Amino acid sequence: MAAEAQSEGSSLVFHPLDQFIVKPLFGEGPVQWYTPTNVTLWMALAVLAIVAIFVIGTRGRAIIPTRVQSVAEVLYGFIYKMIEDVTGHDGVKFFPYIMTLFLFILFGNYLGLLPKSFTTTSHIAVTAVLGFGVFFAVTIIGFIKNGPSFLGLFWMSDAPLILRPIIAVIEVISYFVRPVSHSIRLAGNIMAGHAVMKVFAGFAAIAAISPVSVAAIVAIYGLEVLVAFIQAYVFTILTCVYLKDALHPGH
Amino acid sequence: MELVAAAALGKFIGAGLAAIGSGAAAIGVGHVAGNFLAGALRNPSAAGGQTATLFIGLAFAEALGIFAFLVALLLMFAV
Repeated sequence: MAAEAQSEGSSLVFHPLDQFIVKPLFGEGPVQWYTPTNVTLWMALAVLAIVAIFVIGTRGRAIIPTRVQSVAEVLYGFIYKMIEDVTGHDGVKFFPYIMTLFLFILFGNYLGLLPKSFTTTSHIAVTAVLGFGVFFAVTIIGFIKNGPSFLGLFWMSDAPLILRPIIAVIEVISYFVRPVSHSIRLAGNIMAGHAVMKVFAGFAAIAAISPVSVAAIVAIYGLEVLVAFIQAYVFTILTCVYLKDALHPGH
Repeated sequence: MELVAAAALGKFIGAGLAAIGSGAAAIGVGHVAGNFLAGALRNPSAAGGQTATLFIGLAFAEALGIFAFLVALLLMFAV
């Protein structure tokens, strides 16, 4: 799709969406499921960075923490408190899953902000797997925990009787739209931010407005650092909210 | 030939119309943040516990703007 826009006489030297193309790491050729690509590389780097922080951070276990140890402690405490606040105490046993999701998205977002890097979370394929994983996990947990009474989630017993079937239809639709919006929100935000940065980078080639566009890139980069964290936070807290619905469908 | 040109024109007009959705989402996000701030200044002691709700509200409002942006991108590059 990039080449098509080029041939239409686009004034940009490069296309703003070129950065999202999945390329094989070694050589050219079609991308198979086993081909090591730039996605593979940056996902592996994200996992390595997470493992490194937690292995190095928890090695000393000093009373006065080192810098790496305090980072690991802050991340752990932040997610633990979030789960306890939103889902209550019985949600804590799903802590490993939610912590993994949060760290993977956070490091995917932040490594993607490095120049020349590839943002794995900007692809709908990646976030859809995460989002639908949460959806199926939460639905299965809900049925295991509550049995058929989990369907009471869709039947508002405190609404007027006439309205209940209509509300039930709306609730069912909103339940099944959840994984879609959950994944598009993350991928869309990250992809939009990176594309905007590249659009301003294209304007930087025009001499008259290049100082303005360089300043704009700096400002948007600052915003993106914020967005990278907020989107990881939002994805995690929505997972907690969905988990709360599965554990306590009554309220 | 004219039909192709009309289709290309419609594509760009549609993408521009979809961009209005981003502005609408901005209004929504402003409402969420503004009302949170108004409430938080009346009762600052209760504000700390509601930041999670604030971010969920922001995320829901913002998601619809992202959908509009997605429609614009699809019209520009995929259709």
